[in-house]
Amino acid sequence: MSSRGLYIRRRISNAMAITFAAAATLLGLFFLVWILWLTLVNGISALHGSLFTRITAYGPEGGLANAIVGSLMMDLIALLICTPIGVMAGTWLAEYARLTRLGTVIRFLNDILLSAPSIVLGLFVYMVIVLPMSNLTQGAVSFSGFAGGVALALIGLPVIVRTTDEMLQLVPGTLREAALSLGVPQWKLTVQILLRAASSGIVTGVLLALARLAGETAPLLFTAFGNNFMSVDPLDKMASVPVAIYQYTNDPDPALHAIAWAGALVVTLFVLALSLLTRLFVSRKKASYE
Amino acid sequence: MQLTHARQFARDSERRSHADARHDRIFRRLLKFCALLVLVALLGAALSTLWGGREVLFGQGLHFLTSDAWNPVKDDYGALAPIFGTVVTSLIAIVLSVPVSFGVAMFLTEIAPNWMRGPVSSAIELLAGIPSIIYGMWGLFVFVPFMSGIEPVLSDTLGKIPLIGRLFQGPPIGLGLLTAGIVLAVMILPFITSVMREVFQTVPTRLKESAYALGSTRWEVLWDIVLPYTRSAVIGGIILGLGRALGETMAVTFVLGNSYNITSSLLMPGTSISSSIANEFNEAVGLHRSALIALGFLLFVVTFIVLLIARLMLRQLAKREGK
Repeated sequence: MSSRGLYIRRRISNAMAITFAAAATLLGLFFLVWILWLTLVNGISALHGSLFTRITAYGPEGGLANAIVGSLMMDLIALLICTPIGVMAGTWLAEYARLTRLGTVIRFLNDILLSAPSIVLGLFVYMVIVLPMSNLTQGAVSFSGFAGGVALALIGLPVIVRTTDEMLQLVPGTLREAALSLGVPQWKLTVQILLRAASSGIVTGVLLALARLAGETAPLLFTAFGNNFMSVDPLDKMASVPVAIYQYTNDPDPALHAIAWAGALVVTLFVLALSLLTRLFVSRKKASYE
Repeated sequence: MQLTHARQFARDSERRSHADARHDRIFRRLLKFCALLVLVALLGAALSTLWGGREVLFGQGLHFLTSDAWNPVKDDYGALAPIFGTVVTSLIAIVLSVPVSFGVAMFLTEIAPNWMRGPVSSAIELLAGIPSIIYGMWGLFVFVPFMSGIEPVLSDTLGKIPLIGRLFQGPPIGLGLLTAGIVLAVMILPFITSVMREVFQTVPTRLKESAYALGSTRWEVLWDIVLPYTRSAVIGGIILGLGRALGETMAVTFVLGNSYNITSSLLMPGTSISSSIANEFNEAVGLHRSALIALGFLLFVVTFIVLLIARLMLRQLAKREGK
C-alpha cells in the first residue's frame, strides 16, 4: 500500500474514533438529561403541599408524610450505627494496619462489600434481626424500622470505612511524628490530632454514605417492610420513600404513579444535593492540599 | 523533702505511662473489633442466607440448580430461570455499556478540551448517584413504551437475519430481557467509565508523548499505548460493572416482566434472581421462602467471586505503580 493511502486510512480511523467517543459521551449525557428531566417534570406536576402533610393511608388523596418521616428515621439510625463503626474501622486500617496482611484483606473485603448486592444484605438482616425478634416476641415485633436502619447501615458502612482510611492516609506523617515525640499516647494522637485533621474528609464520607443509603429500596423491603400510617417507633413497621415509590409504581392507579414521581423527585433531589455537597467538600480539600 | 517529690513524680509518670499503654491497647482492640465487623458482615450475609436456604439447597441439592420449574403451588423450585435472566440481562448490559464507557473515557482523557473534562465527568458520575428505584420507574413508565415502539423494527430487521434473528423475535410489549439489559447498561455506565477514566490517567505522560512525537494519532495512542498499559485494570473495571449488574434489583424488577421462562428471544419477559426475591419474598412461606433465600445465597456467592476477580485485576495496576 502506498504511504499516502496508509496515511489517509489512519486519519480516517482516527476521525471515526473521535466521532465515536464524542457520540458515546453525548449518549451518556442524553440518558442523564432524559432521566432527570422526566423526574423533574413528572415530579413537579405532582408536587403538592399534601405530599408532606398527608400519610400514604389516604392513597391517591394522600401524600408521603409517613414515608418521609420513616426514611429520615431509618437514615438517622443507619448513620448512628455505621458512622462510629466505620470511622473506627477506617482508622484501624489507616493507623494500625496500613501494611499488615489482615489490614490488606479487610480493605479488600470492604471494597467488595461496597458493591455487594443490597438485596442480599436485606436478606441477611431479615435472617439475623427480623426472624429472631419475631420468634422472641411471638410475632409482636417482626419487621421494624430498626432492622431497616441496620440494613441501610450495612450499605453505608463500607463507604465510611473507605473514605476514613483514605483521608487518614493523606494526613502527613510528620504530624504523627511530632505528636509522638512529645509523648502523646497513640489513642490521643489519633482522636485529637489525626481525626481532627481528616475531619472534613470524614464528613465527606458520611455524606457520601447518606447519599448512597437514602435511595436504597431493596434492603428495606423485608426489613422495615412499609407502613401506611405514621410511625416513629423503631420497633414497628416503618414506611420509607423508596419503598412507597416501589409500591405505588407497581400499582395500576395513575394517581398513585403521580405521587410516586413526586417522591422520586424528592429522593433524587436529596441524593444529588448531597453528592454535590460532597463534591464541594472534596474540591475545597484538594485545593487546600495543593 | 525534695527527694520524695522526685520519687513522687517518677511514680506518677510511670503510672501514667502504664495507663497510657493500657488505654492504647484498649483503643487498638476496639478499632480492630470494628474493622473485623466488615468481615463479619460479609461472612454473616453468606452464612445466614445459606442457613435460610438450607431446606432447598441441601434438601433438593442439584434439582434446585438444574431445574427450570418454579411452582409455588406444587412447592417445586428450580433456580435455572432466574439465573438465566440474571446472566442474560447482565451480559446485555456489559456488551452495550463497555463500548460506550470506553468512548466516554477516551473522550474525557484524550479528546475533550480541559475546561470540558471536569463538568462532563461530573455529569456522567451524577448518573451513578441517581437511586436505582428511579431507573426502575423511568424504565417502566418511559423506556418500556419507547421500547415497544422500537421492538417491531428490531424484529423486522435483526429478526430476519439467520441464527441471531431468533434473539429478536417475540411480542413487542416493551417488557423483557433486552429492555432490562439496556436499563442496566445505563446504570453501570458511570461505574465502568470512572474506572476507565481513572486508569487511563495513570498512564505516564511521557509514554503518550513519545507516541505522539512519532506521529501517532489519538486513536493509535489510546489503542496501542494506553489500553495495553491499563489492560488488567480496564478488564477489572468491566468485571466490577458486571458485579453491579448481577446484583441490581430495583432497576430491573419493573421492566423484566416477572415470568419464569428460558427463551431464545431477548424480547420475551423473564425474571432475575434479585427481582424474584423482591417480588415474592413478602408473600412467600415455607419452602418458597427458603428457595428465595437460597437464590439470594447463589447471587451473593456469584457476585462475591466476580467482584473478587475484579478487585484483584484492579490491584495489579496499582501494584505496578508502586502504591
